[in-house]
Amino acid sequence: MSEPIIKIENVNKWFGDFQVLRDINLDVGAKQKIVVCGPSGSGKSTLIRCINRLEEHQKGTIIVDGTELSENTKNIEQVRAEVGMVFQQFNLFPHLSILDNCTLAPIWVKKMPKKEAEELAMKQLTQVQISDQANKFPGQLSGGQQQRCAIARALCMQPKIMLFDEPTSALDPEMIKEVLDAMVNLAKGGMTMIVVTHEMGFAKEVADEVIFMDEGMIIEKAETKEFFANPKSDRTKLFLSQIL
Amino acid sequence: MINTLTDKKTSNYYYYLLAGLFLFSISILDVVLYSFFKINLTNFLPDILGLFLPLIIGFVGLHLIRIEYSGIKSIDLINKNINTNNFNAFLTLLIIFAIVKATPPSLSWMIFDANISGESKEACTGTGACWTYVKVWFRRFMYGMYPNDLHWRINTAFILVIGLGFFGFFLKDNLKKYLALYYVIIYPIIAFLVIYYLISGGSFGLVWVETGAWGGLSLTFIVSFFCLIFCFPLGMILALGRRSNLPMIRYISVGYIEFWRGVPLITVLFMSSVMFPMFLPEDFFMDKLVRVIIAITLFEGAYCAEAIRGGLQSLPRGQYDAAKSLGMGYWKMHIFVILPQALKLVIPGICNTFLALVKDTPLIFVVGLAEIAGMLALAKTNPKWLGFAMEGYIFAAIIFWIICYAMSKYSYNLENKYKTER
Repeated sequence: MSEPIIKIENVNKWFGDFQVLRDINLDVGAKQKIVVCGPSGSGKSTLIRCINRLEEHQKGTIIVDGTELSENTKNIEQVRAEVGMVFQQFNLFPHLSILDNCTLAPIWVKKMPKKEAEELAMKQLTQVQISDQANKFPGQLSGGQQQRCAIARALCMQPKIMLFDEPTSALDPEMIKEVLDAMVNLAKGGMTMIVVTHEMGFAKEVADEVIFMDEGMIIEKAETKEFFANPKSDRTKLFLSQIL
Repeated sequence: MINTLTDKKTSNYYYYLLAGLFLFSISILDVVLYSFFKINLTNFLPDILGLFLPLIIGFVGLHLIRIEYSGIKSIDLINKNINTNNFNAFLTLLIIFAIVKATPPSLSWMIFDANISGESKEACTGTGACWTYVKVWFRRFMYGMYPNDLHWRINTAFILVIGLGFFGFFLKDNLKKYLALYYVIIYPIIAFLVIYYLISGGSFGLVWVETGAWGGLSLTFIVSFFCLIFCFPLGMILALGRRSNLPMIRYISVGYIEFWRGVPLITVLFMSSVMFPMFLPEDFFMDKLVRVIIAITLFEGAYCAEAIRGGLQSLPRGQYDAAKSLGMGYWKMHIFVILPQALKLVIPGICNTFLALVKDTPLIFVVGLAEIAGMLALAKTNPKWLGFAMEGYIFAAIIFWIICYAMSKYSYNLENKYKTER
């Protein structure tokens, strides 16, 4: 493995008295695809939200592409511009059209000329096959279309890393496939991805490594085949037996 | 008797509807004829029965037309809204009769028996309202003590300010992004300069008119205009400050808001004119009107802030997360993502605050500035025109109602224009 693009060392995090992350250590190499799974409340969402500092960690270090996450606001904004994120609830901006959703950040954060930003946005929207919806508003789109737009919006910032926080959990079963297809395409394009998901089919197809978390700890971290074929810990076996 | 009559299941309800409507109309007709034309249809009956007859007839009529579904739109509407049971029907009739009874006297007082001709109190001979009073004092109500031959200056200034207000609509598309800048900073400055140089005068060969002479409706407009324009940005800053992560800014904002919301406006105005100059250096002079405008702005800014905070809090946390995850900083996030959505949501609340502000302006009377209600109070104590307070207050009420209704209509328009689906 080459030099890791994300280095997480001894990260601990508390919400009040409740400890959500316990001594997390994780290295992610460039172009690696990692799937994080585990029961709800196990801290997997919190972990990836820490990577672009939507949540602060209280102990340990997180280094993303050579920049350490600290109180320094400039660093954080720089990291966030390089790390795209897709949320469970899509979180599109309802007052802007699909195209404007995609061009807003490139124009104002990256100072890209408007023309160029629109071309880029159309390219990304074509990638996720919703270029024909570009002038509609988020409220007029189906859940699957909204989520694909959210992926395109994140990609418009040309990030090095993409984080997915349960991207298919709020979708109807019919729409899950279209979103997963978009993610598979993205993975084939060589993006570094960390995906929190319960879609084990997706994990088997795409992931290089699978991480199993419970009670704020990484219980098991293994290559995908290994993980599904012979999981080591009992907790993982139990989880897999229930989910598969 | 009535029960068998209204056994609607076994008989054709159509006849009952007709009979009911007939009785109902008769009862209304009777009251209308009596109160408008003094024609008593029931004078052959004993007095006491004649008095209650319309009520009884109307009640029976409403009882007859009360069926679940008739297929006739207006009858269904009546049944659903004002005729759901006997008690409601009774109240409905009482209210209708009260309105009908009250209409002729008020109409005759306001219009038929009223006077508007003549130039003095003696012209008012009728029993109705004396609109002559309002007519004679009209210029005073509009312009206060401002010299008569200089009124064109106020008119011109207002036309200019309104014209500049519409200027934004004619901007070219590539300049549209400066619209907010124009309205928040440039427009108030221009408006201030226009009003200062035209209405106040003192240069360009215009005679100087002190602000004490300003008054009437024009002063209402000036005070409301500047307070509205300034209290909105102030409220926005305070609302953001109250939700800031920096404790210092948050405490200052909370302290400010709670202070100004806790004191009555009238004491604030009084302070601004009496106490405030005591703390200023001797040679420093600030006009009374400016002090009043600042006082009202600071006061209403606190209310605006709370209205806007409501909108900020109602946005889902995901909007903040999404904006942050795209690398936007605090200001970019608020300007492009949060405020456009939050301000849409608070249009009704802001409109509420603004209406209250306009209706609070008469309070500046306590510092000796007489806007329209203040001019009324002065005019009604004029020895030549004693006893016409009623006409004056009705006139002022109508004017305030027009202003406020226009504002609330405009806010409905804005709401519809900026409605977005979630």
